[in-house]
Amino acid sequence: MSEAQGSAGDGVTRLIVGPFNRVEGDLEVRLDIANGAVAQAHVSSPLFRGFERILEGRDPMDALVIAPRICGICSVSQSQAAALALAGLQGLEPTRNGRIATNLIVATENVADHLTHFHLFFMPDFARAAYAGRPWFAKAEAHFKAGRGTSARRLLEARATLLHVLGLLAGRWPHTLAIQPGGVTKRAESRDKVRLLATLGAVRAVLEDQLFGAKLEQVAALAGRAELDAWRARGPDGDFRLFLEIAADLDLAHQGRAYDRFLSYGAYPAQEGALYPAGVHVAGETGVFDPADIAEDHTFSRMEERAHPHHPFQGSTVPDGADETGYTWCKAPRLSGLPFETGALARQVIEGQPLIRDLVAWAGGNVFSRVIARLVESARTLIAMEAWVRALEPEGSWCAQGQMPVRGRFAGLTEAARGALGHWVEVEGGKISRYQIIAPTTWNFSPRDAAGVPGPLEAALVGAIVHRDEPTPLSVQHIVRSFDPCMVCTVH
Amino acid sequence: MSAQFNILWLQSGGCGGCTMSLLCAEGPDLITTFDSAGIRMLWHPGLSEETGSEALAVFERVRSGELRLDALCVEGSLLRGPNGTGRFHVLAGTGRPTIEWVRELSALAEHVVAVGTCAAYGGVTAAGNNPADACGLQYDGRREGGALGAQFRSRSGLPVINVAGCPTHPNWVTETLMLLAAGLLGAQDLDAYRRPRFYADHLVHHGCPRNEYYEFKASAEKLSDLGCMMEHLGCLGTQAHADCNTRSWNGEGSCTRGGYACINCTAPEFEEPGHAFLDTPKVAGIPVGLPTDMPKAWFIALSSLAKAATPERLRRNAVSDHLVVPPTVRDIKRR
Repeated sequence: MSEAQGSAGDGVTRLIVGPFNRVEGDLEVRLDIANGAVAQAHVSSPLFRGFERILEGRDPMDALVIAPRICGICSVSQSQAAALALAGLQGLEPTRNGRIATNLIVATENVADHLTHFHLFFMPDFARAAYAGRPWFAKAEAHFKAGRGTSARRLLEARATLLHVLGLLAGRWPHTLAIQPGGVTKRAESRDKVRLLATLGAVRAVLEDQLFGAKLEQVAALAGRAELDAWRARGPDGDFRLFLEIAADLDLAHQGRAYDRFLSYGAYPAQEGALYPAGVHVAGETGVFDPADIAEDHTFSRMEERAHPHHPFQGSTVPDGADETGYTWCKAPRLSGLPFETGALARQVIEGQPLIRDLVAWAGGNVFSRVIARLVESARTLIAMEAWVRALEPEGSWCAQGQMPVRGRFAGLTEAARGALGHWVEVEGGKISRYQIIAPTTWNFSPRDAAGVPGPLEAALVGAIVHRDEPTPLSVQHIVRSFDPCMVCTVH
Repeated sequence: MSAQFNILWLQSGGCGGCTMSLLCAEGPDLITTFDSAGIRMLWHPGLSEETGSEALAVFERVRSGELRLDALCVEGSLLRGPNGTGRFHVLAGTGRPTIEWVRELSALAEHVVAVGTCAAYGGVTAAGNNPADACGLQYDGRREGGALGAQFRSRSGLPVINVAGCPTHPNWVTETLMLLAAGLLGAQDLDAYRRPRFYADHLVHHGCPRNEYYEFKASAEKLSDLGCMMEHLGCLGTQAHADCNTRSWNGEGSCTRGGYACINCTAPEFEEPGHAFLDTPKVAGIPVGLPTDMPKAWFIALSSLAKAATPERLRRNAVSDHLVVPPTVRDIKRR
C-alpha cells in the first residue's frame, strides 16, 4: 500500500509516497520522519526499460529514431544529444542554418516544458483544499485548480500554439527525425520565418498578459532580490506576482535546499559561444566543467558492476532484479565524486543572470529559486528565439553530409529543460557497441553512492516539515516538483 | 448513453509522449474537448491533483464498483521482466507490478484503450533484445496475446482498442474516446490490428506533398532533399496506415513534410524493420517494400516508365533542398 505508515524505531515513522504524480513518469519516495520533519529520504525510480541495451548492435544512425523515444517530454533534447554524438563521430559540423534551427527546435521544447511544469505540474498544489485559509488561495484555486484553472487552460492553448514551431521546423512533436548530425532536414523559407514570428508573438502575448503582466524584456532584466520584493508589493499583476506572494507566505525560499553545487553542459551553441554556457557553480564560484570527471556509481542502484564507479565510456547497464541493496533503477552520477544539481537554475547561475546569482547567494538552490529560474529562463529564451528566426538564411544550406566511421566514440552533451543530458556513444564494426546516457533527473534524483552520500533530492528533502496526519506532505510535494523531474529519462 | 464517461489513465513502459502529444489538441483544446463530450478523467498520472494515497483511493473506488470505469487507457508497454515477475515496473507506492494492476482494472472496464504503439504492440520498448520483456496489452508484436491474452474482451465485448502511433496524434485519441462515449465505435470500426479505422484506413502517402515526385520516381538522395523518400531514404508512407498528411500535426506538420521518412510507427514491430530506419532495402534496385495493394510487376513497369518520363523540373528539384525550377505558369486560355 501507499504510505505504508510504519515505525522505523526511535520515534521514527516511515512514509512511502507513491504514485507521485504530476511529474513525468513514475516516482516513489520513502521518508523517515522524526520530530515533525523528514530525517532521511530515499528516492526510487520504479521503471526500467533498458534503452541503452536496445541501442546496442544497431546502425549508429538508428539512434536518431530510438533515443528520442526515451522521453516524450524531452524528446528533441534526446535527439540533439544523439545528433551531437553522431556528428562528433563523423567529424561533422552542422550548417549555420542547421545549428540555428536545431536551437529553435530544442528551445521550443524547453520553453514548452517550463510552462507546462509551472501551470500543470507545480502550481496546482497551491490550489489544494489544505491551503483554503491562505489569503492568496481564492486566486490560486481559480487560476490553477487541476483540470480547470483558468490560467492552466489558457496555457494549454498557448503551449499547443508554441509547438506549431515544431510542426513547421520538425514535422511534429514529440519524436521527430528533423535534427540530424549535419543540420536539419527541413528548410525554412521566408514565408516560414514570418509564420514562426507570428507563432512566437502569440505565445509572447499570453505570457506578457497573463503570466508576467509585463514585457518579457523586463523579466529577463531582473537584477536582484529587491526587485522581486518590489514586484510582489506593487505588481504588475499576473501569475508571476501570485507566485511571489505564495512563496513569501510559505517561505518556499527556505525549503528544499540541496548541495548548492550546480552543473550545466551548455545550451544553444553559436559561433560566439553558447547562449547559456557550460560550467559548474560551487560555493559562489563559477568554474569549468570537465566531462572526464563524470562517473556513475551503482552501489544502491539495481545494476551489476557495483565494485567501483565508471566513466560512461566504461559504463554498463545490466539490471540485477535480485539486488536487495539497490533501491532504485537509477544510477548515481557524480562529478569529481560529488553529487551535482542541474536544470534551469544551474544554467542561469552559471551564465551569471544577476537575479539568479543574487537568489543563489542568498538562500542557494531551493523551491523558490528553481521556479524563478525557470520563468526567467523562459522569458530570456523566447527573446533569443525571435532573433534566431530572423537569423535563418533560406538560401543557405541546411544539412551537411558526413561519413560514419567503422569505429570511434564521442559524447553528445546538451541541456534539456531539466538540465544536463549526455549520450556517450561508441561504435565498433560500424555498429553501436556501447551507448550510455545520463539524463538530468539521473543527476537530481540519484540514489546514494558508495560513500553513502545522498543524491540532490534526497538531501533537499531532509528537514521538510511534515504535519500530523499528512499522508503526502505538501512540503515534500513542493520540493520534489520544484526539480521538474522527468522519471522516464532518469533510468531510460 | 450516460451523462458522463469515466476514464482512468495508467502509464507503464513508455515515454509519456502520447500524453504530451494529447495536450497539443487544438480547436478546441483538450479540456474543452473532453468537457463537451462528457468525458471525465478519474485520474491521470500527469494531470490530476491526487497523488499517493489520494490516487490509490481513486483506484479503490473503481475496484469497489463505486466509480464506473467506462474506459481504462493504458500508455506505454507492459513489462513482464525480469523472469516474468513484472518488477521492472512496480507501480510506485503499491509494491505491485503495474502489469498486475492493468490486468485487474481491465477486467472492470467497459472499454480498454491502448494509447500508442507501446501499449498496443510493445513498440520501441520491445526493440532489440527487449531487455524489459515488454509487450502490448493484447499483442506481442504482430502476434495476439500480450499482457491480457488473445481471448480478452472488455465488458463491452470489444477487444483492446489499439490507438497505435509513436506518438499518437492528439485527435486519434480524443476522437476514439468521443466515439466510445457516444456509443459509435464497434468491432467493425477496427482494422486487422484493431486500430480505429477512421484514421487507419488511410495511408500516410495520402496527401503527402511529395506525391508528384513519387509519381515520377524522382527520388531524394539525402535528407533535406525535396524528392520522394521511398526509393533511398526508407520512407514507408505508401504502406503506413495513418492520416498524418491529411490531418497534419502541430499546425502544418507531418514526418514527410518535416523532410524525413515515415517509419510506419502505427504498425506492430515497426521498431525492428530489419535494416537501418533511413535506408531502403532493395533487391536488384527495386525497393523490397511495395506500395500497398500494388502488384509487383506493375510497380516495376510503371516505375521504369515513370523514370523515363520524369520532367526535368522534378529531376532537379528532387535532389535539392529548395525549389530550383518552379512549375511553369501557362496561359490557361491557350490549349
